[in-house]
Amino acid sequence: MIPNDLKYAKSHEWAKIEGDVATIGITQFAQEQLGDLTFVDLPKAGATLTAGTEMGSVESVKAASELYAPVSGTVTEVNAALENAPESVNQDPYGAGWMLKVKLSAVPADLLDAAAYADVCAAEAH
Amino acid sequence: MNTVFKKSTPGREGVWPTKPQKSAAELLPAGLLRGKSADLPSLSELDVVRHFTGLSKRNYGVDGNFYPLGSCTMKYNPKFAETVAALPGFTRLHPVLPQLKGAGRLCQGALEVMYETERLLCEICGMKAFTLHPMAGAHGELTGVMIIAAYHKDKGNKKTKIIVPDSAHGTNPASAHIAGFEVVNLPSKDGIVDPDELAKVLDDEVAGMMMTCPNTLGLFEKNLPKIVEMLRSVDALLYYDGANLNAIMGKMRVGDAGFDVVHLNLHKTFATPHGGGGPGAGPVGVSERLVPYLPISRVEKLEDGQFFLNYDCPKSIGYVAPFYGNFGVVLKAYAYILRLGRAGLTRATEAAVLSANYLRKRLDKVLEVPFDRVCMHEFVASACNMSECHVRALDIAKALLDRGYHAPTIYFPLIVKEALMFEPTETESLDTLDQFADDLIDILKKAETDPDYLTGAPRTLPVTRLDETRAARNMELTDDL
Amino acid sequence: MPYVPHTPEDIRRMLEVIGAPSVESLFDEIGPAMRPKSFDLPEGKSEMDVLAHMEALAAKNVSGQVSFLGAGFYDHHIPAAVDALSMRSEFYTAYTPYQPEASQGTLQAIFEYQTAVTRLTGLPYANASVYDGGTAMFEAAMMSVRHTGRRKLVVCEAVSPIYRVMLNSYTSNLHLELVTIAHKNGVCDLAALTKALDADTAAVIVQNPNFFGTLSDFSDLFAAARAAGVVSVISVYPVLQSILKSPGEMGADVAVAEGQSLGLPLSFGGPYLGIMTCNKALVRQMPGRMVGRTGDGQGRTGYVLTLQAREQHIRRQKATSNICSNQALCALRALLHLCLLGQEGLTRTAGLCVERAHYAAERLTAIPGVELLSGAAPFGNEFAITLPVNAYQVIDKLTSRGMVPGFPLGRYYAGLENALLVACTEKTSTESIGIFAEMLRGNL
Repeated sequence: MIPNDLKYAKSHEWAKIEGDVATIGITQFAQEQLGDLTFVDLPKAGATLTAGTEMGSVESVKAASELYAPVSGTVTEVNAALENAPESVNQDPYGAGWMLKVKLSAVPADLLDAAAYADVCAAEAH
Repeated sequence: MNTVFKKSTPGREGVWPTKPQKSAAELLPAGLLRGKSADLPSLSELDVVRHFTGLSKRNYGVDGNFYPLGSCTMKYNPKFAETVAALPGFTRLHPVLPQLKGAGRLCQGALEVMYETERLLCEICGMKAFTLHPMAGAHGELTGVMIIAAYHKDKGNKKTKIIVPDSAHGTNPASAHIAGFEVVNLPSKDGIVDPDELAKVLDDEVAGMMMTCPNTLGLFEKNLPKIVEMLRSVDALLYYDGANLNAIMGKMRVGDAGFDVVHLNLHKTFATPHGGGGPGAGPVGVSERLVPYLPISRVEKLEDGQFFLNYDCPKSIGYVAPFYGNFGVVLKAYAYILRLGRAGLTRATEAAVLSANYLRKRLDKVLEVPFDRVCMHEFVASACNMSECHVRALDIAKALLDRGYHAPTIYFPLIVKEALMFEPTETESLDTLDQFADDLIDILKKAETDPDYLTGAPRTLPVTRLDETRAARNMELTDDL
Repeated sequence: MPYVPHTPEDIRRMLEVIGAPSVESLFDEIGPAMRPKSFDLPEGKSEMDVLAHMEALAAKNVSGQVSFLGAGFYDHHIPAAVDALSMRSEFYTAYTPYQPEASQGTLQAIFEYQTAVTRLTGLPYANASVYDGGTAMFEAAMMSVRHTGRRKLVVCEAVSPIYRVMLNSYTSNLHLELVTIAHKNGVCDLAALTKALDADTAAVIVQNPNFFGTLSDFSDLFAAARAAGVVSVISVYPVLQSILKSPGEMGADVAVAEGQSLGLPLSFGGPYLGIMTCNKALVRQMPGRMVGRTGDGQGRTGYVLTLQAREQHIRRQKATSNICSNQALCALRALLHLCLLGQEGLTRTAGLCVERAHYAAERLTAIPGVELLSGAAPFGNEFAITLPVNAYQVIDKLTSRGMVPGFPLGRYYAGLENALLVACTEKTSTESIGIFAEMLRGNL
């Protein structure tokens, strides 16, 4: 259920790291908690991200939540399709619902693997 | 039902003044005039009357429906108060009159209304002074927190935080934030504020704490004396959110209990109409040491009985309103206080608390009441016990709409899951309470055999459940988008 | 007891079900130390007696005299149907439309109000209103701060001083810098405003007509603002907006207004109406409630409160604002007013206001010693004259003779102690203008 080839932040973002490029999004757990997304607010290409700090936000009908950068680096690409179709995040959070591509400057040591992230979700979901 | 714009017919005459002799184009340079017409509709008076009469029939109101909305105090709005607020001697007064030397004598009646209302509110709450300027409850909260900030700044205290219980209304932390403070959340214990929990977060940087009593669960904050003592030890001020004042009039005065600053909601406790979402009024009362920080201006009375506005307030937080607040709303509350008087206000509180407890006992077999002890003017129930029927608080609310009731407050306070908050108020008869309880019990019974009765509700209104996701995604906020 | 329907038998039955011995026992948790030290309110009065008392207080106010007061708040004719329709109990005794199925009347009315105000300002998005025009201006400033991440606000000194003091008070705790650009004889200094825009500026805030009544075209200023990444905020007067170049046409980002001139009595300061409209880029920053159109499961059109994720009841301290209520009933009155007047009625009203003011300016400046403060600058329905004496003196004299001649600009602007701000509306007759001119001539 939780893809094994990704890394995770406690704040429910995922990162797919391939060399010095990371693709970032939010997890299945996160999109379930939020409900149908109505808006995604992302940084622009060229923006600098610092791991653990706020980088944007997501809104649903009943909630709004900050997005936190799971990695540090520079944004190279933003998923433009999300502007008109935020529901892609709900439908396919690890695929078509990807949010950013980042050229890495640093990967924090405390990113979680799939098993550790599964524990985080279990703890929160009671 | 079509929008009023779709009913526009060119050539229909509305309520028009005479034509000017010179057009604006003759008097003003062309470059300052609009090129594109505002395209306001062309409607006859009857067109407008038919349209809005039709719209009114698609609305519930207290006059037609019982509104047991917790935290809103939807009591009956007496009609004589509307008569008072419509008196031309009040409605025609221009607000700058007191600012013209000598013209203060043209509005002595209005200044007296403000002065007397402040005095009455002081006596009701046990506070030293009141300002009527805040134009809504949340505005009163912001004003109150700004006063707290001004006090500390004046004393040279370094204060950065405001403590807010997790049961508080969302406007509390929002107001504290806008006034420039960091918000510290305080978990409740057994539904109320616990001194041990408070001790964990209380330090010298705490400017104050925002509370209400009874709290949003309808429970009396019995640790109040200890809380007051603890806050005073670090020179932190205690703020009272007056949304629940209907529970304590004549039984407790928040000033006497140690609160330094309070805001009231005239559209709740003092029966001014809600208007579909405003206008309200949120007067703020303060203890003696906070008087200098009240907003500019202050109504004062001279020895000869003349009223005037004092603009010389050097330590004031400044101006929170263009003038003196929602005077037209204050008029209604003043008239209501005069009508009820000492015994009437006390009686209103007694009846409100009696009705809430009665409704609680009628419902505590069919819904979970997490704090099932004597409540005050409202109580919270949980629909968690209905989860096996796959029915939620939302579904119960919608089924109640079909029976002609407005639903209770749902999903607030956040600390109770599937919350339903009931506040019947003192103006509902026992018949209404019994009928409501019977209907609700019937609805919950139906949930066991026919949950679709609830999950498919409402069925008898102009629309059923609306697609809120689509509304947020499309952002169609006008007829032209 | 008025409004409490419980009979002694009702009370007895309720106590039995609750299992409490008395009503007083329900308050046992309130210990003796917390009881009121006093509760010395007067005894209640009958409805008749309260009305008599209030009528006597109303009679202590003098409100029937001829008045040339404006200063942002105007005495316009309100069609009788505005009262009749807004006083329908389904509108005024309704609650906030959180249960939309039972509130389609309120919700559609707010949707139509949002439509009407966007047509007036020429900007495509509106909220359901805030408390008043000053709050609207503050909220617009905050929108700009959040949108740009910058902390400086450039404000024209000819913007209403009543709103500028509110702006000062609200921003004092927020570490924002307010830069005020001086007016030139009651006219906005567009060059100085443009020059003041820099990389730290979040918003430039102007007003049209400004507090002195003069009119400007801010198109060039707004273009410069756009180029500098600065948000353009303009405050307008709804009645004159029906004929004046719109904020949309000038390229503004946010247009706010006081809605009192649309169907709301002066009522000694409130309740009023804070109108807010903006461009698409800023709509998510807009505070307060908004109504959106959508559909139900059966394909019927319906209206709901939307974009609530930004609001206090969800985001709490991270909300765009702490505002909970709008001024729903006031917004309804404004909508009714606009519908009853319609395009023709509102433009006629604006035309009459301008015509009367220009006539008044002509008559008053014919008096020796009386001049227009702003010279030949174009103005709408309000203008400032300089007198050979202190304006307060003149106001005092004329007021005691039944005429309020205008607002003393010296109250807010140093050096303008001899200046008087005069406003006319469609209710100002040419006869009263003539009488005013004669009284002024005789009292200088």
